[in-house]
Amino acid sequence: MAKHHVSTTVNGDQVEFLCETQQTLLDVLRDELELTGTKEGCGTGDCGACSVMLDGRLVCACLVLGVEAEGHSITTIEGVAKGNDLHPIQQQFLDDAALQCGICTPGFIVAAKALLEQNPDPTETEVRFWLAGNLCRCTGYDKIIRAVMNAAAKMREEA
Amino acid sequence: MEAIEYARPNTIDDAVRRLGAAGARVLAGGTDLLVQLRGGYTRPSVIVDIKGISELRRIEQTASGFRVGAAVAGAELGAHAAFAAQWPGVVEAFQLIGSTQIQGRASLGGNLCNASPAADSVPALIAAGARCVIAGAGGTREAAVEDIVTAPGKTTLAAGEFIVEFLFATPPAKTGDAYLRFIPRTEMDIAVVGVGVCLTLDGSGVCTAARVGLGAVAPRPLLVPAAGAALVGTTVDDAALATLAAAASAACNPIDDKRGTIEYRTKVAGVLARRAAVAALARARGQ
Repeated sequence: MAKHHVSTTVNGDQVEFLCETQQTLLDVLRDELELTGTKEGCGTGDCGACSVMLDGRLVCACLVLGVEAEGHSITTIEGVAKGNDLHPIQQQFLDDAALQCGICTPGFIVAAKALLEQNPDPTETEVRFWLAGNLCRCTGYDKIIRAVMNAAAKMREEA
Repeated sequence: MEAIEYARPNTIDDAVRRLGAAGARVLAGGTDLLVQLRGGYTRPSVIVDIKGISELRRIEQTASGFRVGAAVAGAELGAHAAFAAQWPGVVEAFQLIGSTQIQGRASLGGNLCNASPAADSVPALIAAGARCVIAGAGGTREAAVEDIVTAPGKTTLAAGEFIVEFLFATPPAKTGDAYLRFIPRTEMDIAVVGVGVCLTLDGSGVCTAARVGLGAVAPRPLLVPAAGAALVGTTVDDAALATLAAAASAACNPIDDKRGTIEYRTKVAGVLARRAAVAALARARGQ
């Protein structure tokens, strides 16, 4: 069977790609669209490294087929900064040293941004539960949680 | 190797036709199917994505109750205020499945048809008395949720059949439901025991109906009539709760594994059933 021709929106841009049925959205983002900011950790929806927004909802790109993206809108980590201006969450991860190896970081930032957009003033418990599907094997989470809480506070001041 | 086809039908009839093919698999949220695909455990001839069918994606309140499409995601059902107010136990069970990311995709239909004995939403659906509308080559039929799963990975759905939606009858006044799961950590784990309870009180606080669903303690999720019967005609006092706990433990036929021994799961089933009943009771009283 011929490959599927898929038209979709990624980070606000209209894009087209060809894929086979079993290629995941993660495969397509990384291998066809060369958007390698989205990372592959487990590939089975357990680690959250491939977190992206699909029509405004947080999902694991490894659990979505590329062909399912037809007609939908996807935001990846590449769509989080505005040009050279980092998003406040990205800046706070740097300021608070909330990353070491960095593989989990794009997923954490996409997931944290999704939380703060619907809950600008979360408790620490709410942050921890929301991010329970994002695994980090380096930091022990404390710095990540602190960075999200600090970013939230700064974003509230600016709002 | 043959390429896997992908179909996204827009009607139930078209989906039935596509699922008639040998080796066809249903795709709803994909949180089980894509893991099986990647692991090489399944190689479908065609993946039939049922999310393009409006009946599978809607949440509708009718005169008789709610209809919830089988492909509605946990995050969507949880955000539906009227449904969450009427069936908090169903929503809390559904939303225990996986992470925020999984909640963006996982569906009630998928959680049931994946046929895990430990599926979190299923005991709550059983307790709520939810029914499934099933489509197939012979038209549509209805079945109770407790009649779908027969064993791990096995269901009573015939080849080509799929669940269209779940029906929740409007409960009588003073009805409450609750779901509790025991896991050794706080989040992101598979139930050692799961219990759903739904009960109704009359004006004087006497229980007039109760249903208890048990998960992870038998090869399939169970309706435990004896546990429900233990509450009916009582004020859900200590004696009734003790009888309910004993009935829940007696219904267990669990496996022995790293998550819990047979003895442990059997005991916890009784303890958790009691706690779930107390939680459902508080909701029935409007507390």
